[in-house]
Amino acid sequence: MTDTAPGVSVDSVWKYYGDFPALRDIQLRIEPGSTVALLGRNGAGKTTLLRIIAGLAKASEGGVRIDNLDVREEATRRRIGILGHSISLYDELSAQENLTLFARLYGLAEPEKKALAWLKRTGLDRVRDGLVREFSRGMRQRLAVARAFIHEPDVLIFDEPFTALDDRAIAVLQSLLADAHAFGRTIILSTHQLREALEIATHVAMIQRGQLVFAGERTQQMVDDTSFLYRTYGEN
Amino acid sequence: MGAFWNGVWTIAQKDLRSELRTKEAFNASFSFSLVILVLFSFAFDPTSEELHAIAGGLLWIVFSFAGALILNRSFARELQNDCLDALVSAPISTAALFLGKTLANYFLLLLVEGAALAVFAILYDTHFSKQFWPVVLVVVLGTWGMTIIGTMFSALTVNLRMREMMLPTLVYPLLIPALMAAMTLTTDLMGGTPLGPGNTIWLRVLAGFDLIYSVLAVVFIDIVLVG
Repeated sequence: MTDTAPGVSVDSVWKYYGDFPALRDIQLRIEPGSTVALLGRNGAGKTTLLRIIAGLAKASEGGVRIDNLDVREEATRRRIGILGHSISLYDELSAQENLTLFARLYGLAEPEKKALAWLKRTGLDRVRDGLVREFSRGMRQRLAVARAFIHEPDVLIFDEPFTALDDRAIAVLQSLLADAHAFGRTIILSTHQLREALEIATHVAMIQRGQLVFAGERTQQMVDDTSFLYRTYGEN
Repeated sequence: MGAFWNGVWTIAQKDLRSELRTKEAFNASFSFSLVILVLFSFAFDPTSEELHAIAGGLLWIVFSFAGALILNRSFARELQNDCLDALVSAPISTAALFLGKTLANYFLLLLVEGAALAVFAILYDTHFSKQFWPVVLVVVLGTWGMTIIGTMFSALTVNLRMREMMLPTLVYPLLIPALMAAMTLTTDLMGGTPLGPGNTIWLRVLAGFDLIYSVLAVVFIDIVLVG
């Protein structure tokens, strides 16, 4: 790997919570346009690693660079889209107001129009003036997907994206992920839903107790036998 | 620089819109001010000299306690649905995020204080029309100091379970110089003493306090929010 290599570089990342090392010397290179399924059991360190890659937390040692720029630089953050466990939307604002807010924060031209376009794309344009607190769970999730995609990020980071999604939201997300992959966007997703993840992944990374135990291309064997990775690299 | 102030304004607008829609913090803060002022009006004779001597102290105690109710909500409202993550990951500087929230809090606090000041003037038969603009200046400066420190500690305590208790515990000791200055000046002005050589030192203390804590808050907010 060279210093000017494009893509996401996770360089010797350590993260401590007190004396406890949640991540231990993680080194990972993610090529542009690849879709990486980040696997591991609960508490393995997946969310911590994703938060560091997303620039939401700082590594205790080491760092993350995207196309050779520090992840906390504003220019880098502009290129990242995040969908976490929670929807990250304001209950007391309307769907349109929420998306317009994020369109403004990302410096998009014509934020209202952009917000409306994404409301249409996620099937929420009829309820655009409704407050998010009045939405059903599925509608909230679709709006969260729109928020993550509104600025058309180059790098998409998803923490358990399929968890608790209803069928329609899963369909919307899968279609958007397929489009993103077709447009050469880089996707990093952590999940326990192995089959869904492995079907769309081009690469797989596996974390065990804060250490990266496997990183490589996804093989057909992994898709056919989803427990293969856990049997081979996981704890008994 | 334009992008920075756009970010500040977007965050301030968002916070004000949220608050004015729910009025959670504003109602609590204003009701508290009203209750305290009404209760104290029974304890003191509005015509007494004693009242003039404690006017500044009483007002700023009301302002600072009422302010804690608004400031506590500032970052706490971002916890719902993990909105803080979305803000921190957006391409605006944490300083812009912080200043936007500070401006929204400042506006809300000034609103509560303006209403409390009107109630105070009526219930306590206080006439400060001759010193109106100096009083406004003291309120504006004192409130900024309170808001900047309060918003900073609201960010610092947002993930603590006891944040409602921790915020005032941490903020009030730091506010002592600003509150001393604001109380002294307000008492002077309400007692009919204009700003002059005898009390402008307190105005300088207030302005210096605001400047120092504004710079410190903007410099350290990234560490507070991102680690």
